[in-house]
Amino acid sequence: MCGIAGIIDFTSNQPDEAVLRQMLGLIRHRGPDAFGIYLGGNAGLAHARLSIIDLSGGDQPIHNEDQTVWVVYNGEIFNYPELREGLEASGHKFYTRTDTEILAHLYEDRGPNLFKDVNGQFAFAIWDRTRKRLVLGRDRLGIRPLFYYHAAGRLLFGSEVKSIFADPRVPRAIDPKVISDIFTCWAPLGEDTTFKDVHQIKPGHYAVFSTEGMKTYPYWQLSFSESGSTNRPIDEQAEELKELLHDATRIRLRADVPVGAYLSGGLDSTYITSVVKKSFNNKLRTFSVAFTDGRFDETLFQQKAVQALETDHSSILCTEKQIGEIFPQVVWHSEAPLLRTAPAPLYRLSKLVRENNFKVVLTGEGSDEIFAGYDIFKEDKVRRFWARQPDSKIRPMLFQKLYPDIFSATDTRNRPFLENFFGKDLTQVDSPGYSHLIRWENTAHLHSFFSKEMQETIAGQQPFADRFAATLPADFNAWDPLSRAQYTEMSIFLSNYLLSSQGDRMAMANAVEGRYPFLDYRVVEFACKLHPHHRLHVLKEKYILRRSAADLIPPELAQRPKQPYRAPISRCFFGRDCDEDLVADHFSEDSVRRNGYFDPAKVTRLIQKCRKQNGSLSSERENMALVGILSTQLLHYMFIDEFPFYPQDELKDVKVYRQ
Amino acid sequence: MLDQITQQVRNFIIENFLYGDVNRGLNDTDFFLEQGIIDSTGVLELVGFLEQTYSFKVEDEELIPENLNSIALVSDYVTKKLQTQNAGSN
Repeated sequence: MCGIAGIIDFTSNQPDEAVLRQMLGLIRHRGPDAFGIYLGGNAGLAHARLSIIDLSGGDQPIHNEDQTVWVVYNGEIFNYPELREGLEASGHKFYTRTDTEILAHLYEDRGPNLFKDVNGQFAFAIWDRTRKRLVLGRDRLGIRPLFYYHAAGRLLFGSEVKSIFADPRVPRAIDPKVISDIFTCWAPLGEDTTFKDVHQIKPGHYAVFSTEGMKTYPYWQLSFSESGSTNRPIDEQAEELKELLHDATRIRLRADVPVGAYLSGGLDSTYITSVVKKSFNNKLRTFSVAFTDGRFDETLFQQKAVQALETDHSSILCTEKQIGEIFPQVVWHSEAPLLRTAPAPLYRLSKLVRENNFKVVLTGEGSDEIFAGYDIFKEDKVRRFWARQPDSKIRPMLFQKLYPDIFSATDTRNRPFLENFFGKDLTQVDSPGYSHLIRWENTAHLHSFFSKEMQETIAGQQPFADRFAATLPADFNAWDPLSRAQYTEMSIFLSNYLLSSQGDRMAMANAVEGRYPFLDYRVVEFACKLHPHHRLHVLKEKYILRRSAADLIPPELAQRPKQPYRAPISRCFFGRDCDEDLVADHFSEDSVRRNGYFDPAKVTRLIQKCRKQNGSLSSERENMALVGILSTQLLHYMFIDEFPFYPQDELKDVKVYRQ
Repeated sequence: MLDQITQQVRNFIIENFLYGDVNRGLNDTDFFLEQGIIDSTGVLELVGFLEQTYSFKVEDEELIPENLNSIALVSDYVTKKLQTQNAGSN
């Protein structure tokens, strides 16, 4: 696991080494163990290494036999021993024991589309000296990030946008249209990033950049076209899933350093931890987050899991104050506006992992997406059921069953209004984004905080739901509703929010690599072919996984309903013992007016309201507004006004390969 | 009386949910929930305001969109409520 960066410049024969060093310096948190730079012809590649495999011999860039192909790479190819066997059999000579070198040889044999049977989480750049072309590739689900900026025969790429901004020739500006999308669905769409003209390689895609320009190609696509195509008995399929997850976990333990695990106390992480503990490592170290606020805390379930699995466990207790204090760093790493503070505790968690001398953790991420664990999938089902009898008074009562917390926490008196919320656009069942429509609309009400100029800038855009619909696979409308909802969730949210702001960025900020057995593409493809009832059975989520878990983990954990992972918001900044000065400047009328994204008067009133209530905002939307405005203001401050906000010392011990 | 209540409710909505935005062109008949003026979790703030300002209790069965979903509906509801209260005390 590492950070990569580079410059390909067809307008000059010498990419600037000093800039490459600065690019590397800005992502050194991703790989503090070794630094390497390749300079040759039009190409400059840079690498910051987190040593996990072949600790002594794996420094990058890595090349093929005759040094015509050079690779920088972030991530893991978990089945590299098997791929290596095949490559050696066909005559390739390896000079390291790394998985990186696999890529150089695969590229020689297969060209840019080298991904068949490559099972992993990766982002890489391959420079082909002979053909003068660069190949950028990213894993199927978008676990590892890869950004680029392309202008006039020159391409810069990096694991994080901040590395690209190291080059003063790259203009730095926040894209109001992307802010508008994030204030609708929480994440940028597709190739977009927070920043104008900076794009990302989409999951399952690769790009080729040569003197003829840049072209992007898909090599794998998430598809539910075969949903329901397997109708074997559920027990047989649960057994198959068990074997798949066993193997997905097994190959994710491949490392020359110890591997730990996150254990939240939920079904997914408990499942993975059980597999490791029972089959591979009897002395497993596990880690979790705990909250002082009981509404978010899962300590009780974590303790049950720890007792049952007998792991050596550590947890980090998060107070509201601490979340507020580290929030600026969280934004610096996530490089996107956030509508929740949920990434912050994960930043503290990876720090705990690192302090315990672990670099690699397995987590349960991805299971909720592929096995339909989120409430939104049940909500879609209930709404469709209600929409068949829109006048029914009984059907909407199912929402109370679905969201007991919301209905009881706010006040049962609120029920008719909550039902009204879930009844919005009730009968638009044929709309492609039906499952998510009410969420998008509810979040988009935050646009009322935008400034007049911002409103005018985004006014000409096609409606969000239409732009999303334009990205859908041709046969999408023929899929069953659950598959449509899962695709919507995964294509918008998984890579561009969950795996970045709550995944890669928070872990790599402390040089920790997360590995996700549920996102092994074999497991994903298996899940997509299941009958929808085997994913969501009536209103029981992750049905097949619970079947697979039956004789593996304690019943009370196997059958436990999902608890959404959340963290406190407004009180982290304006609560009783918080230091308001940390954020006050960013909410000031002056600063809000200067940056131009939000209406200064409205922001001031929102903050006044929050202060008057001792930091509490009861409205969900107001909480989102508060943290969304703060994170956008912070981004502007750290990336536009004061870049680089956290400057790096000059790197020492950089190995430079010249050609 | 009704005009006065309407104005008070209007001021509260603009101040508390539109953060002072008088230019939004809020009509008395605009539905709070449908137009995103109040979200479902914010309704209780409105209830708190009514109970405090007009010194009555909003009964559970009255807590429905039909009573509380626009400035006009709220004003009608408050007016009726006050009338019943006065009638009761007479």
